[in-house]
Amino acid sequence: MKITGLIVTILVGGLLIYAAADFPAWSDPNSPASTYLSPHFIEKTMEETSVPNIVTAVLADYRSFDTMFETTVIFSAGVAVFILLRTFRRKEPEARHYRHVLTGVTMRIKEGKLPPSDDFERIDTLWTPPDLIIKTVCRLLIPFIQIFGLYVIAHGHHSPGGGFQGGVILGASIIVLAISHNLRTVVKRMSEKLDAVLCAVGVLIYAGTGALCLLLGLNFMDYSALASVLFVDPIMARSHGILIVEIGVGIAVMCTMVWIYSNVSSRGRYEQGL
Amino acid sequence: MIWPIDLAILTLVVIVGIGALMVKDLLGAAILFGAYSFMMCLLWTVMGAVDVAFTEASVGAGVSTVFFVGAVFRTSRRTKD
Repeated sequence: MKITGLIVTILVGGLLIYAAADFPAWSDPNSPASTYLSPHFIEKTMEETSVPNIVTAVLADYRSFDTMFETTVIFSAGVAVFILLRTFRRKEPEARHYRHVLTGVTMRIKEGKLPPSDDFERIDTLWTPPDLIIKTVCRLLIPFIQIFGLYVIAHGHHSPGGGFQGGVILGASIIVLAISHNLRTVVKRMSEKLDAVLCAVGVLIYAGTGALCLLLGLNFMDYSALASVLFVDPIMARSHGILIVEIGVGIAVMCTMVWIYSNVSSRGRYEQGL
Repeated sequence: MIWPIDLAILTLVVIVGIGALMVKDLLGAAILFGAYSFMMCLLWTVMGAVDVAFTEASVGAGVSTVFFVGAVFRTSRRTKD
């Protein structure tokens, strides 16, 4: 089996290298892409969309259809992991473990449960106290990571970045919280249902912005139609439209990352995480 | 593009890629894959594609390594083949 795999890989790789010889040379000014496509974006992006970062403009405006389905792919990945891994237990485990927050005394209740209160928190069976140094450092770092994530989303017009990267950074900040504390801490702040709903909401914001343009009388994803809604001129409306869809992408990606992580790290049981 | 840097990174990409395939320990493979993503990120930066490099650094080297480590932690650490 290994030999067959090697032969197939070498054949396909050889074919790929052979085909790559037909590509125009790197930064060849006479290649088809550089003769009529790139000059248009390089010269016209600023006056058509007032976005200095051409990559963001191409990604979220000129080729927004492509990016919309990329977001849908991320969403489907989250749903696929959920369907494959998530297991719902029919009945709750009989013994529950609780920890007194102030004193750190843990106790095991054989049947029934404690009424919800701030003094006691429910813990996993294999709970270990989080390391003080890791816990404190992560607690200090997480706000800065999140601010950076928001900056990356909001500043994608002017510098590298955008919805995908910012969303991943925001998701990573929550994963850091899950690693440094435990999964229960995250689920308490951001429940599974909220995760799933926000994933869909992110995709909906993207597709909804496109559909709104359609309703306002222009093409799907032609953000200049939003000018009458946002009270700006059509060029500025395209810039704002990009920001709106980037926020949608950011929400979808952030929640998908947290969703996938919680399912993978807890075998789909949402307890005893990593 | 500075060719010595380019050559060094490309060599490392190939070495780390083969290493990630060859190593028996899956946790090691996950970490090598993270290193591979980071090398690719450097390569994108050298080529001037900063947005792609940023995505590669955050998704490839960051979050996907965590997913791999989580999956290894929840399954087995050694490969059968």
